[in-house]
Amino acid sequence: MQKRLFLNAIALATLTFTATATLAQDNTFKIGLILPMTGQQATTGRQIEAAARLYMAQNGDTVAGKKIQLIVKDDTSLPDATRRLAQELVVNDKVNVLAGFGITPSALATAPIATQSKTPMVVMAAATSSITQASPYVVRTSFTLPQVSVALADWAPKNGIKKVVTLVSDYGPGIDAEKYFKERLIFNGGQVTEALRVPLRGPDFAPFLQKVRDAKPDALFVFVPSGAGAAVMKQFAERGLDKAGIKLIGTGDVTDDDQLNDMGDVAVGVVTSHHYSAAHPSALNKKFVEAFSKANKGLRPNFMAVGGYDGMRVIYEALKISKGQGGGDALLAGMKGQIFESPRGKMFIDAQTRDVVQDIYLRKVEKKDGQLYNVEFDVIKDVKDPGKAK
Amino acid sequence: MLTILFDGIAYGMLLFILAVGLAVTMGLMNFINLAHGAFAMAGGYITVLLMQRFGVPFLLCLPLAFIGSALLGGVLERTLYRPLYHKPHLDQVLFSIGLVFMAVASVDYFVGSTQQIIQLPEWLKGRTELGSGDWMLGMGHYRLFIIAVCAALTVGLQYVLAYTRFGSRLRASVDDQRVAAGLGINVNMVFLTTFAVGSGLAGLGGALGAEVLGLDPSFPLKFMVYFLIVVAVGGTSSITGPLLAALLLGIADVAGKYYIPKLGAFIVYSLMIAILIWRPQGLFVRKGGK
Repeated sequence: MQKRLFLNAIALATLTFTATATLAQDNTFKIGLILPMTGQQATTGRQIEAAARLYMAQNGDTVAGKKIQLIVKDDTSLPDATRRLAQELVVNDKVNVLAGFGITPSALATAPIATQSKTPMVVMAAATSSITQASPYVVRTSFTLPQVSVALADWAPKNGIKKVVTLVSDYGPGIDAEKYFKERLIFNGGQVTEALRVPLRGPDFAPFLQKVRDAKPDALFVFVPSGAGAAVMKQFAERGLDKAGIKLIGTGDVTDDDQLNDMGDVAVGVVTSHHYSAAHPSALNKKFVEAFSKANKGLRPNFMAVGGYDGMRVIYEALKISKGQGGGDALLAGMKGQIFESPRGKMFIDAQTRDVVQDIYLRKVEKKDGQLYNVEFDVIKDVKDPGKAK
Repeated sequence: MLTILFDGIAYGMLLFILAVGLAVTMGLMNFINLAHGAFAMAGGYITVLLMQRFGVPFLLCLPLAFIGSALLGGVLERTLYRPLYHKPHLDQVLFSIGLVFMAVASVDYFVGSTQQIIQLPEWLKGRTELGSGDWMLGMGHYRLFIIAVCAALTVGLQYVLAYTRFGSRLRASVDDQRVAAGLGINVNMVFLTTFAVGSGLAGLGGALGAEVLGLDPSFPLKFMVYFLIVVAVGGTSSITGPLLAALLLGIADVAGKYYIPKLGAFIVYSLMIAILIWRPQGLFVRKGGK
């Protein structure tokens, strides 16, 4: 019995192996999508995969005579796993494009592989500014934290917010958000009275929020990864900071569309800046949200989904422009400089930095038909990543 | 100032409920159960799922979380833990850490890995403030509630262990199983009950803590260190040891994060090292204990 099972397994393995080997020779175009499908960042992976599949369903899986094949791998947000998977995808599966990348360390760990193998690497989620500088083959379709926090620092002083305390998670994106928000706020005549960094695994926000309360700023600027946003908001209200006249502002991660409804009424009135809201009032976005939730049991797309959706678009178009040649440099040339309308609004892949240039919206959480939405009330046009200036 | 103290006490009390079950299994039953946090997580998820999917009120969820995790603990004690009582500690550690990883993966698979959010009833959401200026005392109602529940539990546990027949049977079974069995004490039953209650307490802690600490599948790994610190510093031979240790750590943690945010997360560890250098067996060890 045992032996038979073993033989069967071998037979099966050989079969799949030969099958993939033959596939590689014929007319397929492979996209290796590396995402955290399990672990802490799993919602990111789930959203992006769903969006990528939606894009393929809407636009067909044959482009310029090539059959598109999506290979999804789970890196559980561990950078060494991402790197290993990327290596396997490039060497064994001979993928034409690497894509995905839920967190900054994963993207940075993979960048050298993209450079060595000349494989374009489309970053759909990770948002630290420096990622596109790690390899000339990186193209980003998500956003950068300097991009969104600077927009908020432009808006705040005009609306009576001068004294701000910042509270960020102590890791790459958090430090980016803190730095660029502070610089721009000071430039605009405001001041940051205190800059708090909370450990990424900080269980209880109570002491930090108490400190904010005692510092009595006009507003508290928050960046925490999307899961922790709800905890901050609830404790913010519980501690009576809203009653003490302190406003809560932050980047859109805090009021992530994926979780917003569960947060309840404490979220109402929170002002954030971000590049995407499921409530973005454009025909394209309405269609996108509807199709997305229909395909995924009512799930609402968040900013991660839109990054994945546009990432697929960038890949599809690049393949069309390069007339079906799979070569890395030809594809990369096709990706640079794409201007198009995304569900988030107009966006542009800057040919020099390979980073996304887009409109950043200021939004306020409001209740519409019993559901909470980030409703956009102001826009800053064509924001380039300020992190690239230096 | 007083607010910080209050928050610290509430946080410490929460740590105590979470860790006291571990103190019981580790100290009294001499079993290194690193999977303790998994029972706490079970309690948390029972609460969250009951509230979200079936609309059960929060207060009713707490006893259900206790009972659910206690049942789970009881079943696992009977099937998995009992054969390991006489194995070396290393085996127990490896076995229970394996359980933790399985718990993390299965919660991830069945419920998903997002942070779970609990909606407290209105009367627990508010906050009462007394005084003003530096000596202002702001008490979140939910934290008051935690302190009340925990105080009641401590008194109850202390009473059961010190004054009831079950308490003396437990102590007898721990000190010498064979003699205790010879005296007609059903040692297996005593251990089963103790383990189940310990797990149930963890579950209750998890249910109470979901609001303050957050709840996601990595919960047991995230807080394992805190449980172990509480038990290591407090010693495992009594209830008061872990209680005082938890309070000390809670206050130190909150105050550290408030006054020196840059070092915040470090204070607890430095304190633990200092205490363990000074008293390697823990702060409050019974003379002549193990």
